[in-house]
Amino acid sequence: MDFQLSADQKLVQEMVREFAQKELKPMAATIDQTQQFPWESLKKMAKLGLLGMIVPEEYGGGGMDFISLAVAIEEISRVCASTGVITAVNNSLVAYPILTFGNEEQKRTYLPLLCSGQKIGAFALTEPVAGSDVAGMQSSARRDGNYYVLNGAKRFITNGGEAGVYVVFAYTAPALRHKGISAFIVERGYAGFTVGKHEETMGIRATANCELMFEDCKIPVENLLGQEGDGFKIAMHTLDVSRIDIGAQAVGLAQGCLDEALRYSRERRQFGEPIANFQFIQGMLAQMATSIDAARLLVYRAAWLKDSGAKRFSVEASMAKFFASEVAVECARKAVQIHGGYGYSREFAVERMYRDAKVMEIYEGTSQVQSLVIARGLLGA
Amino acid sequence: MGLLELTDAHLRFRDQVRDFAQRVIAPQAAQLDASGTFPIELIRELGARGWLGIPFPKEYGGLGLDCRSYILALEEIAKVCASTAITVAAHCSLACYPIFAHGTEHQKKKYLPPLLRGEKLGSFGLTEPNAGSDAGATETTVRVEGDKWIIDGQKRFITNSSYADVVVFTASHDRTLKTKAISAFLVERGTPGFRVGRHEDKLGLRASDTAELWFEGCALPHDNLLGPEREGFKVFMETLDGGRISIGALGLGIAAGALEYTLEYVRTHVRNGMPMHRLQWVQELIAEAATEITCARHLIYHAAALKDRGAKITVPSAMAKLYASEVGTRTCRRLMDIIGPEGVSVLHPLERFLRDAKLMEIGEGTSQIQKVVIAREVLGK
Amino acid sequence: MRIVVCIKRVPEATEALLRIDPSGKKLSEDNLTFGMNETDSYALEEALLVKERVGGSVTLVTVGPEAAEEVLRMGLAKGADEALRIAPVGVEEADPALVAQLLAAEIRPMGPELILTGCMASDDGSAQVGVYLAELLGMPHLSLVVGMEVSSTGEVTARRELEGGVLEEYRVRLPAVFTIQSGINTPRYASILGIRRAASKPLRVAAPPTGEKMLEVRQLAFPPAGKKAEILQGSPAEAAEQIASLLRSRALL
Repeated sequence: MDFQLSADQKLVQEMVREFAQKELKPMAATIDQTQQFPWESLKKMAKLGLLGMIVPEEYGGGGMDFISLAVAIEEISRVCASTGVITAVNNSLVAYPILTFGNEEQKRTYLPLLCSGQKIGAFALTEPVAGSDVAGMQSSARRDGNYYVLNGAKRFITNGGEAGVYVVFAYTAPALRHKGISAFIVERGYAGFTVGKHEETMGIRATANCELMFEDCKIPVENLLGQEGDGFKIAMHTLDVSRIDIGAQAVGLAQGCLDEALRYSRERRQFGEPIANFQFIQGMLAQMATSIDAARLLVYRAAWLKDSGAKRFSVEASMAKFFASEVAVECARKAVQIHGGYGYSREFAVERMYRDAKVMEIYEGTSQVQSLVIARGLLGA
Repeated sequence: MGLLELTDAHLRFRDQVRDFAQRVIAPQAAQLDASGTFPIELIRELGARGWLGIPFPKEYGGLGLDCRSYILALEEIAKVCASTAITVAAHCSLACYPIFAHGTEHQKKKYLPPLLRGEKLGSFGLTEPNAGSDAGATETTVRVEGDKWIIDGQKRFITNSSYADVVVFTASHDRTLKTKAISAFLVERGTPGFRVGRHEDKLGLRASDTAELWFEGCALPHDNLLGPEREGFKVFMETLDGGRISIGALGLGIAAGALEYTLEYVRTHVRNGMPMHRLQWVQELIAEAATEITCARHLIYHAAALKDRGAKITVPSAMAKLYASEVGTRTCRRLMDIIGPEGVSVLHPLERFLRDAKLMEIGEGTSQIQKVVIAREVLGK
Repeated sequence: MRIVVCIKRVPEATEALLRIDPSGKKLSEDNLTFGMNETDSYALEEALLVKERVGGSVTLVTVGPEAAEEVLRMGLAKGADEALRIAPVGVEEADPALVAQLLAAEIRPMGPELILTGCMASDDGSAQVGVYLAELLGMPHLSLVVGMEVSSTGEVTARRELEGGVLEEYRVRLPAVFTIQSGINTPRYASILGIRRAASKPLRVAAPPTGEKMLEVRQLAFPPAGKKAEILQGSPAEAAEQIASLLRSRALL
């Protein structure tokens, strides 16, 4: 057993850390306040290869492993969780399913666009009435000659307002329930596809989280991803992978909280000494550090399983996401607590981190959904 | 004395406030939060009903009810709008109470009637940039010049400060003597040398008013000393004992409001083809929340009942505040998961509740300070 | 053009809690993170820019333990072509003289035309190695370089910044050694592809016999905490007055 990152993974960590601290951290408060999608940062990240890390070089990607991707998302989220999730979505929710389930033509068309940041990707699964309940979706697509005609609406789509390439799920055969769902690659600009209202959310506010509307939207048949009826399988497999990265995002945010809490508790003096000298504070710092380490190991383990070619890693990915997201919320709560009144003020980064953390327990499957996945694995169901 | 130490009269009064809160306050709460508007009209209306002076004798303009009635009102208001609740709590517990308990007859006659009738608003200035939990480190100074007190210094995170007509605050005669040289004073809006500084942009309670206070050579008449000279520390410690019950009541109210909202939601929504209230994971979250809320309610009502009996409430109020504030945060966090992806959106009040709840773990003594207070008493030191 | 860049792995100490090793002669490495010395990364960037303009190759050289290969790999990932780590036998802490001797011995046979290094290492701040190296190689040397252009004829126009922002310009015939000041350029980040390519670039280790040290650290210690703090009393306006008069009285304004 070896708990070390490889030499390359360490380089990725060091490079992304430096980039994030210098280029992303100074922007984080502003883009949260203005809800401005961080295009400028994303262009720089594309140049470094961070938008298509797991895509092979031949399609314009970095050809890296999933541990490296997790490490990168962790370092980005440590300073800006919005940019972290944008990166995670582009890599693992959009590039990854196209790479895994797309045909050669689709890969050649879309992956270079996603890797170069010319187009950002979005993953359109969630609907107004179907959050965790995928089979409850209402969107449907029917074949009409060389097109599928898609009708429906999607909600809470990260990157939705600014993306150029969307992986969209809809029923092609509703009677077959989840076996009747198909996945499509939809481009911004297809007739009948409009971006709806911007979602007003508590945190992760720079991610162009939007509603999407499809009214007789015509999708060329060659943009069907996989076969008709593969949609549910594609969604589930993709979510397994991306949960690792939401776990990584949560670990990064939690680590960022610890960074801020450590710095503040050494600087802030009360009762004549730095508050870091108080055992209550030390207790909170120790709990944060221990839980972050545990979460990080779970995330790396799941990524390592994926890298080593394991067929099944759903349970491990769910455990990583489940645990890490709770750690993020708890660390954010503690970091605000350590900052006291200042932590409640927007002057300090922990205020934003507290708002950003909560959604990690919710998106890409709530903690309860993760529990069900894990239990199903345990029970062999 | 019935269940939870409440009489029928208490319950009737609670229902009266509940009706007003649900009918008048609830519909505007989300908008007040989103726009960060202090609801001055609403506060005036509460005043007109006598609800800014609930636990004070009629002879001073109060409603002549007890602490339990006051706590019930806060809970009902906090269920729908914690910003409004904290405005009332700061006014009653932190401004009116110390004047009532420590003021001279002249001061009571002069200040209380307009405050208790809600014609004027009160505020309490204790916290400073370098004196948070460590109130003994107060840097605001007072010196005598002729028959005047001359005040210099700065207060921070002061609730109601921009709208307050009367502010109770603390200043030190000699900073080296720490808690032994602090006095409490009264200052009225418009006094030369006294002004309101920057408004705080904060995580939650965004429709409540929090700002800095500045004293720059502010001269106050001798009569504006509140309580005995150099016994200000005692004045505010005792004030905080009562204030903590009200902060706890806010934590309780937020949790109870979140639960009520979620109950209605699960009764009317279906997930995976099942009415949500029949899902066991939903039942689990709701059962836990209901149990914790009930525990918090017992602690809070009990502390209020003890105060009504004139008992020493240092420990009961600290315990009630410690527990109820943490229940507030935990309940919102857990119940948001039931709603799923929409849970973090402003379409539901839970994200506002979660932001609001965090302050209860910080204001009027952080959880850590409550633990110090409790442990000191439990250990008999 | 054959370019050599000498770099050093140093602790990133600005926010770290520093502790002294039980030996009393160096910092404890526990809890420290390490990276490329800041001015060295500017030197590397300048080398990469020259290579991009006039062609050639960039060789990285460092003296240090195996852990120092991290900074070599990062340099390779940013675009250097090959790297050499010099690990002298039986030496734990080399002094500037020894480092320069070891570098000179390895660099001389490479026959470089341009040698760049940072003007100073952020950990010991001795700023000696570049100068020393130039002397041993018998090459001209310019320190604290803030701008340079390499011509196709093998000449370099380089600028140094003097007191008060005065720029001093030189024309130097190659081969020569330049020690680079921070701010001369904007160092690039390694890219993901660069990191992958770095894995297949040559990284050689030389283990020469040790040379002669001229300096020995006797002891490391933290200075005693200063006691000259003064807390100004009065209102913010009064305090500001006092600060202004203090600064004026000490000619700091």
